[in-house]
Amino acid sequence: MATTTVGLQRTWRRPGKPVLVAAVLLAWVLIWVPARGVHTLGLSPADLTPLHHWLNDVNDTVGANRDSSPFFLYFFNEIRAAVDSLVTFLQDLIAQPSYGRPVPVLGWLGVVAVVAYVSWVFAGWKPALLAAAGFVFFGLQGLWEESMDTLALTLGAVVISLLIGIPLGIWAGLSDRFHKLVTPVLDFMQTMPTFVYLAPLTLLFLIGPASATIATLIYAMPPAIRLTAHGIRSVPRSAVEASESLGATGRQKLTGVLLPLSKGTIVLGVNQTIMAALSMVTIAALIDAPGLGKTVIKALQTLDVGTAFNAGLAIVVMAVVLDRVTTAAGNRVRQTGRAARFRRPLLAVFGVVAAVCAYLSHTYYWAAEFPDDVTIGGTLAKSADSVALWAQQDLSTATEAIKNAITYALLNPLEALLVESPWWLVGAVAVLLAALLGTVRSVITTAACVALLIGTGLWQDSMTTLAMTIVATAMVMLLGVAVGVWMGRNRFADRIIRPVLDAGQTMPAFVYLVPFLALFSATRFTAIVAAVVFAAPVAIKIVADGVRAIPAATAESATAAGSSAWQMITKVQLPMARPSLTLAANQGLIYVLSMVVVGGLVGAGALGYDVVAGFSQGQLYGKGLAAGAAIVLLGIMLDRIARASSPSKGSN
Amino acid sequence: MKLLRLTATAAVTALALTACGGEKIGETPVAGSSSGAAACGTFNLAVNPWVGYEANAAVIAYVAEKNLGCTVTKKDLKEEIAWQGFGTGEVDAIVENWGHDDLKKKYIDEQKTAVAAGETGNKGVIGWYVPPWMAAQYPDITDWNNLNKYAAQFKTSESGDKGQLLDGDPSFVTNDEALVKNLKLNYKVVYAGSEAALITAFRQAEAKKTPLIGYFYEPQWFLAELKLVKVSLPKYETGCDADAAKVACDYPEYVLDKIVSKKFADANGPAYKLVKAFTWTNDDQNVVAKYIAEDKLSADDAAKKWVEANPDKVKAWLAQ
Repeated sequence: MATTTVGLQRTWRRPGKPVLVAAVLLAWVLIWVPARGVHTLGLSPADLTPLHHWLNDVNDTVGANRDSSPFFLYFFNEIRAAVDSLVTFLQDLIAQPSYGRPVPVLGWLGVVAVVAYVSWVFAGWKPALLAAAGFVFFGLQGLWEESMDTLALTLGAVVISLLIGIPLGIWAGLSDRFHKLVTPVLDFMQTMPTFVYLAPLTLLFLIGPASATIATLIYAMPPAIRLTAHGIRSVPRSAVEASESLGATGRQKLTGVLLPLSKGTIVLGVNQTIMAALSMVTIAALIDAPGLGKTVIKALQTLDVGTAFNAGLAIVVMAVVLDRVTTAAGNRVRQTGRAARFRRPLLAVFGVVAAVCAYLSHTYYWAAEFPDDVTIGGTLAKSADSVALWAQQDLSTATEAIKNAITYALLNPLEALLVESPWWLVGAVAVLLAALLGTVRSVITTAACVALLIGTGLWQDSMTTLAMTIVATAMVMLLGVAVGVWMGRNRFADRIIRPVLDAGQTMPAFVYLVPFLALFSATRFTAIVAAVVFAAPVAIKIVADGVRAIPAATAESATAAGSSAWQMITKVQLPMARPSLTLAANQGLIYVLSMVVVGGLVGAGALGYDVVAGFSQGQLYGKGLAAGAAIVLLGIMLDRIARASSPSKGSN
Repeated sequence: MKLLRLTATAAVTALALTACGGEKIGETPVAGSSSGAAACGTFNLAVNPWVGYEANAAVIAYVAEKNLGCTVTKKDLKEEIAWQGFGTGEVDAIVENWGHDDLKKKYIDEQKTAVAAGETGNKGVIGWYVPPWMAAQYPDITDWNNLNKYAAQFKTSESGDKGQLLDGDPSFVTNDEALVKNLKLNYKVVYAGSEAALITAFRQAEAKKTPLIGYFYEPQWFLAELKLVKVSLPKYETGCDADAAKVACDYPEYVLDKIVSKKFADANGPAYKLVKAFTWTNDDQNVVAKYIAEDKLSADDAAKKWVEANPDKVKAWLAQ
């Protein structure tokens, strides 16, 4: 419903529009009353449509021809071998016993020293200390080897993502046509649920590091491409023109002007790629990816919340370390670009220290294997366990009441409206809303999405999922505005809350599913809560940045004019941060949609369950694939309507 | 500046000095047998994601490594992907298979990349269960004929005005929607979506004495913690589930079996012989599953504990 609120805020500009939107919605309810229950296009979870059967057949044919087709022998097998050897090399280096030795090439001391040194060189003192502390923490958790496996796989995926992503991003930055072509592909890569392509990937690239890496990079590459393109496109025209007037060739323009000026944004792309890659750790473990994800999945089998939490915490720490280091490196690139001269001797000295540590960790057991007598992992797991148990026993009555209140008051009526309406009614409302809020193009896109949704054979499930998505996105925006404004106005609050947001974004959902299930039962509401935990941090961060970016002079003049804090927020800060609010709604929505599948694991049913079941049962494979496509279509439809309704087209 | 350099140099020297005390890598020979390994080679064992399976795999892997000197590579995979691995040569054996007639048809009959390797000795039961407190308080609830009487109790925010039947781990086949319809039960199937969700639901229901009826299965480690009570549906007879839409009978008893890749079977190595000979009871599996799930032993330690307590059974497998 973010679309309508955006519309309502614009009363002053185009009067009548909110009234029309309200009229459309009212007409919907009025027609729904007599028409409810007909043409709802329901499909039982065990039933399939011809499309689903056909997709099954395609999958079978590919599997049957794997060993004979030259396409496989010379194309996929080659890619697989290359990726496998890269990741295996990284694992040999830091994670697994290798080259006939009982330990990896670099032991814990060496890895900590090298990571700290590299962080110091590129990012500075503080990130370097944080990195060293974070990596020692993995050892203390008793998860050194798992963490290094995860790091190796993540690095492998990130390196390949950047090797492919940055050149593609440059191309998309230079060519409008390619940019238009690649954007929907990137949308698709980011919203198609991973569960859908895990099984086909293992068919193409076999079981092993290669499949896990490729699954990861499909999700992780888009930010690198998008942000590189965005960086190049944001270079001021004047700079480009100046170089052109000096007679620079295309190549000189790129290396002399465009790339240097967009370096900061490209580093941000690297940062986002790393974060995305880390968010795939647990899912990749379902196809035997080594590392922390396996620990989480195994713990979930026995509902061992503590152990899962311990491993999840390691993933969060790794994400925070890599985020802070790359962000600091990005800021430094933006500010100076070159190391100050006086650092040179220090560079050499610390380089030697790191090299000595690396040598020691290669040679001596004490520096190679993290001492396991100082573990705090068990303690961490136990305390997480007791917190979870306490919550389940003492809080669940209260949380059950909250769940019921929101489900009966908000979710059930909305779902009834969407699910029980005939398909043509919902379709007409969507197209009308697109027409009212957007352009001809958004009308065409919306109509096409509605038609394709019907084509997937999963219309009713899509509507159930849509109802949950709308409620979750509304909650995300509520939190985004409330907490985001607070953080934007208060530096101290920002400093306290931001790590919590990082944890919400990177803690694998599998870790908190069990406590959530105990608190809210296996329901759609649990799925909504899980989605909000994951999506709200993004929205909050974007809103906070938007509020902070408002020029100090504006705020001061408002204060001088005697406005209260409330007036300040509602009359100045929120209206001025509106582009950020739109972007927050857009990203919040995409993040909510990416949790649909996790929702399917905790009682959401509908599309999420279809995808999960399709991953688990062969005869449902085609249906799962169709459900994945339906999620993508919902995302495109909502995004285009929302984006069309905002005055400044939100960039992503 | 100078000071920094001095401290750094001092640090390097200190590091180099402290190092002298430690044990060098490579001084002591790497433990591990290379003698038996040649005979057995590498054994790729799929590990499907549930604890019962892990118990089977743990014991087979332990015996293969300790008694036969195999190098066992365990691969954590979902069933579908594990079966797929037979064709690509990445998986040698699956050691607890629940039915999966469609996969048998595809990989054993059509692609001919897999072959059956006998039963595990475990019997799988699928059905509807209630928490023990309900069975004690309402003894007649275990007969499906009485379920409509209790439907109102099972109402939740998810089931509208009907009773909620909490279904599914998506990995398992379910006929529940057809059953509800054909037995004319006033229930709505709600898809929990994962084993974790089902177990948590039953745990909470027993702890807080709230009503719950749901899909579950044995053998399962959770039943050692909470003895759920099965509701009897109309008896299963061969063929009564032939038409999925018309099912009105209980689930069949699953005879759990082992599947291996064709190549692995043809090679007829020691690991294959072990897999083929492996068989044990539900009680055996429950013990090992309990070691893993409740006592938090590693798979290897759990297997060791059981093998040392049951030398005769292990001997019998190896004798064949």
